[in-house]
Amino acid sequence: MTPGPKLVSILRQGPYLIASIHTALDDTQMDRFREDLIEQIGQHRSRGVIIDVAALDVLDSFGARTLRTIGEVARLRGAVTLVVGIQPDVAFAMVSLGMSTGTLETALDLEEGLEYLDSRVVRRDGAASGRRLTAP
Amino acid sequence: MTVQDDPNVAEEVSADFPAIDRTDEDQLLPQLVAHLREHRTKLRQEWAGRIQDAGLLRAMTPQEMAAETTSVYDNYVEVLETGSVEALQRYARDLSERIIPRGVETHEVVGIVLLLRDVLARSLFEKYQRDFGLLNRVLDAYEPAANRIANTVAVSFVDERERVIRQQQDSIRELSTPVLPVRERLLILPMIGVLDSERARQLTEQLLTGIRTHRAKVVVIDITGVPDVDETVANHLVQTVDASRLMGASVIITGLSPLIAQTLVTIGVDLSKMDTIGDLQGGLEEAERLLGYTGGRDAGVGSP
Repeated sequence: MTPGPKLVSILRQGPYLIASIHTALDDTQMDRFREDLIEQIGQHRSRGVIIDVAALDVLDSFGARTLRTIGEVARLRGAVTLVVGIQPDVAFAMVSLGMSTGTLETALDLEEGLEYLDSRVVRRDGAASGRRLTAP
Repeated sequence: MTVQDDPNVAEEVSADFPAIDRTDEDQLLPQLVAHLREHRTKLRQEWAGRIQDAGLLRAMTPQEMAAETTSVYDNYVEVLETGSVEALQRYARDLSERIIPRGVETHEVVGIVLLLRDVLARSLFEKYQRDFGLLNRVLDAYEPAANRIANTVAVSFVDERERVIRQQQDSIRELSTPVLPVRERLLILPMIGVLDSERARQLTEQLLTGIRTHRAKVVVIDITGVPDVDETVANHLVQTVDASRLMGASVIITGLSPLIAQTLVTIGVDLSKMDTIGDLQGGLEEAERLLGYTGGRDAGVGSP
């Protein structure tokens, strides 16, 4: 609905959804992002969601809460949610302002996040997990 | 004798130049300086006696006292003469540098300078007691200069002291907290010394940046070298752990002494989110286990 370049991109990557936030979102945009993402989890029957916030140098309390809500809702719909790319300054600001991300899972960057989801989802399927984990 | 002679000389001088009262005023300070130079030994001894009576500068030997009081006296008179406090400032700073490590306190330094001021003022009273008007004018000339000297010495002393404190703070800060990569994706942060909030903040910043640059997965914070943990520091640790977790790294805290552990429980800091292990060795083992557990992924990154 917002004219101009997209503020958020939601891409499908196999069983996962990768949502990149490109710029700071205001509350309305954040709400819209939440609805879109949750909608798409159902559409694509995704097993995991990665939200990449590496481009953000600020994340307000509403944003943090929304991310947490997305995590909760996605879990109810059967997907693991992971926030990746939180900048050092943002991490410290969030913690010192007492914002909690609660149950939200985090990883360093997109690559890490994908690996983590791989291990989680594989383990949940119970298929290749034994071989992978005892490999070394 | 001289005490009686001097006013006569002064009167003679003013008698020679009766018309120019200003010159007379200007002559007062040099005259005063000459007087103080002339009675240097006597006044200095009187001063040293008063210092001893007051019980100041106990940290110094009598020889040192004699040497220092002489040079303080000379500097004092010189400032009265020239009106320039720069040399005195340098001297006071130099003196402070020498005597601060020996435990001389601020009140002692200010005390001795004020004593000297009093001793000299007394001698002036004695000298000019006959002529009240002249005494007043002499004091008018003497007092501002003397106050400026006391001020200068005190400020120099405190400045020097603050410089030393700043220097020590800097060196503590520098020795403080290296973030050490131990192996692939494992960082160690040995904390040493007392943590104030400024240092704790700096430390967290370093750690978070370190996590980013080394792509760390596990961080071991070792607080064996921290003598005391209070509520602020504990809360800061919790924050650091949270922030690291947001960056995708898990934190293990090691080296909690029995005393610190009890303190933390007593003051009721919420440590439920913290992963703690007795010593650094155990912490490293646990870290390796964590990395080994996720090691399948590590190997996966390396192999293709």
